Amino acid sequence: MIKFILGRLSYLIPTFIGITIVAFGFVRILPGDPVLLMAGERGMTPEHYQDMMARLGFDRPIWEQYLEYLWKLLHGDFGNSIVTKQPVLSDFLTLFPATLELAFCAIVIAVVIGVPIGVLAALKRGSWFDQVTMTSALVGYSMPIFWWGLLLIIFFSGVLGWTPVSGRVSLLYYFPTPTGFMLIDSLMSGQKGAFASAASHLILPSIVLATIPLAVIARQTRSAMLEVLSEDYVRTARAKGLTPRRVVGVHALRNAMIPVITTIGLQVGVLMAGAILTETIFSWPGIGKWMVDSISRRDYPVVQSGLLLIAGIVMVVNLVVDLLYGLINPRIRHS
Amino acid sequence: MKLRTSLLAASAMMAMVAGGASAKTLIYCSEGSPEGFDPAPYTSGTTFDAAARTVYSRLVEFSPGTTSIVPGLAESWTISEDGLEYTFKLRAGVKFQTTDYFTPTRDLNADDVIFSFDRQGNADNPFNQYVAGISYEYYTSMGLDTMIKSMEKVDDLTVKFTLNAPNAPFLADLGMDFASIVSKEYADKLMADGKGADFNNQPIGTGPFVFVAYQKDAVIRYKANPDYFGTKPMIDDLVFAITTDAAVRAQKLKAGECHVMPYPAPADIEALKSDPNLTVMEQAGLNVAYLAYNTLEKPFDDARVRKALNMAIDKQAIIDAVFQGTGMVAKNPIPPTMWGYNDAIMDDAYDPAAAKQMLADAGVSDLHMNIWAMPVQRPYMPNARRTAELMQADLAQIGVTAEIVSYEWGEYLKKSTELDRDGAVILGWTGDNGDPDNFLNVLLSCQAAGEGGANRSHWCNEEFSDLLAKAALSSDIAERTRLYEQAQVIFKDQAPWLTIDHSTVFMPMSTKVTGYVMNPLGTHAFDMVDITE
Repeated sequence: MIKFILGRLSYLIPTFIGITIVAFGFVRILPGDPVLLMAGERGMTPEHYQDMMARLGFDRPIWEQYLEYLWKLLHGDFGNSIVTKQPVLSDFLTLFPATLELAFCAIVIAVVIGVPIGVLAALKRGSWFDQVTMTSALVGYSMPIFWWGLLLIIFFSGVLGWTPVSGRVSLLYYFPTPTGFMLIDSLMSGQKGAFASAASHLILPSIVLATIPLAVIARQTRSAMLEVLSEDYVRTARAKGLTPRRVVGVHALRNAMIPVITTIGLQVGVLMAGAILTETIFSWPGIGKWMVDSISRRDYPVVQSGLLLIAGIVMVVNLVVDLLYGLINPRIRHS
Repeated sequence: MKLRTSLLAASAMMAMVAGGASAKTLIYCSEGSPEGFDPAPYTSGTTFDAAARTVYSRLVEFSPGTTSIVPGLAESWTISEDGLEYTFKLRAGVKFQTTDYFTPTRDLNADDVIFSFDRQGNADNPFNQYVAGISYEYYTSMGLDTMIKSMEKVDDLTVKFTLNAPNAPFLADLGMDFASIVSKEYADKLMADGKGADFNNQPIGTGPFVFVAYQKDAVIRYKANPDYFGTKPMIDDLVFAITTDAAVRAQKLKAGECHVMPYPAPADIEALKSDPNLTVMEQAGLNVAYLAYNTLEKPFDDARVRKALNMAIDKQAIIDAVFQGTGMVAKNPIPPTMWGYNDAIMDDAYDPAAAKQMLADAGVSDLHMNIWAMPVQRPYMPNARRTAELMQADLAQIGVTAEIVSYEWGEYLKKSTELDRDGAVILGWTGDNGDPDNFLNVLLSCQAAGEGGANRSHWCNEEFSDLLAKAALSSDIAERTRLYEQAQVIFKDQAPWLTIDHSTVFMPMSTKVTGYVMNPLGTHAFDMVDITE
């Protein structure tokens, strides 16, 4: 097992270096730069432009900038935003709990609803339930997130008035947020109604963010389940006279879960991408919105280090999934 | 309805927390996150609203709803005969804000004023680079770096600025956000503690609101400044709820989650107007959108060609289609709400037949040109691509084929200043300080016509530029008005631009909000606002 873990870890180093190059290069390949955007309609003389670029250190050869970036990274320095002048790491740590809280709720919704739907659809293959849920899953998967989010806001917040429009908690509550997780902080605040307010603010964004993973998980569970149900050991289990519940719940589902867990792991990357749009619509102060703002301002240090941190998290999650996979599937562990 | 009830309950609770039965909280759905809380290094209105208009005040202020200059921290001032010396008498007893991170030991004095400008203009000032790489864009671009010769503390409450040459817009410049007065005592303390960067995170000023907390990208909280030297704000707490999407802002306003929102999407305005719980204030924006020809390139170096093209474009159709009928056709490069506007000028009438003839007279046939359409929405131009398409269709009527080009915004801004730019560029301007010089000189003078300058028609008319220079030297408004009016006649005659529109700015708010005054300079201030329950 240790060899397996070390093997997986050794993949991380080249991947990590690759990401630094992509993250560093990506934002610089985009046309435009922070100084031009700062000058706006007013324009800037070529001399002043050069001076500003020099002040920010962007006038030096690109490889020199990259090596300096790498050197600082090795020393734990993720750089400072050129706009807000704040350290990128501290901004990331401030904003990440918001994204994590949202992503966690979304994945819980996706799993809790997606897996049973997939199982039921597989068991009732070809039935109207199967048809309706799988068609809905396809629709959910193809849904433009921005449009979907706005639609839910207009209907549930605007027309029905059931849910708040955006934000993390009603602004009339004001309490310290030591953990950054609003559900926890609102509970700790002891203010009456704060937790309910935080929870109600999570409903719509979680549903929106969960939509695509839910569709994927439901479809994946269904096909994995169908495959397993036709295996010999399931037939044997049935022949033995086990109850259908036991056959499905113990023998089939456990084996069907192996590919589903991988899928769930892969959805973390999807959640990060989805967070960009979801956070923008719901004014959710997380890292997705932060990245969008920083890209549009061409805030190079934030974009390059932010991407690296996000990629790092996705990598770690995938590693955990890999290990988990090894744990539940001995064939992988021993190969 | 349930939600509103819970909001009310929460509000009542907040009132108890605040210790008073009638704490009034105004929630403003702001359009973005501030870049920082020191207004000097930044250029965006979002930052100015969050920092300059709340926490800080300036030597002079723009009277609410106008662009006229009124006393601020300076209770009076004198300008020497030669226009070189500005002596400001400061108000006595003005207190910097007391917060949990700073308690001032003295009142505002001349040292603070000198420090506020010196730190921006003097690279040797120890606070100039209080965080590495910081620059003071407005100080430089408004020309204060070359304008100010010296600053002198005459006594504790008197400060004298000496200029290198007379400059009438100087006074208006001092009312701008970057010229906010900061506390030297606070800066010194932060430096001594090695925490200079906090200056940009935890502001201390003399303005109507005290900074309480900023939760990044989510909420900014302020409370009324009990020591404010002006009329005390009527609300107790001011909250900025950062909401970047315009459609979501509108929904929040409708749902009662905020009281005021800026920048509604044009498509939402009708629905907001029809909501009985909301009012939509509107005001002519202090802005202009234009199509700038490259007057260095043939055949656009010929004023007759430019004028012919101007006559071929139906500007009213653009207002109707792109601005949904709001806004007005522009005939001058400055908006009509600004002093110095020459209303006697007749716009070039929309007349395709005459335009065609004029082109033929100028010896131009089979003209192909590019129209640059910017990729972003700006307050003066919600949809440049659509505008360009309408122009394209109009020009086709007189036999001119136009191709629409666009670039990424930063590239667009840069490439559009290049001297050999191929084509006419759609762009615009929003006033900084209400002075005509801030439009005419910045956008059309010879001085701004070089590469990188804001004069994107590269039009350099000596007579026009001389009039502007003369106007800048005079501090007599009547005299300046006369000179600017003359300059506008030359502009119209030479037609370096097609002046497109002056847009209308909308400000939807709850009917509970009273006393809100729209600011023609586009900033948002809440010191005079009240809220009824």
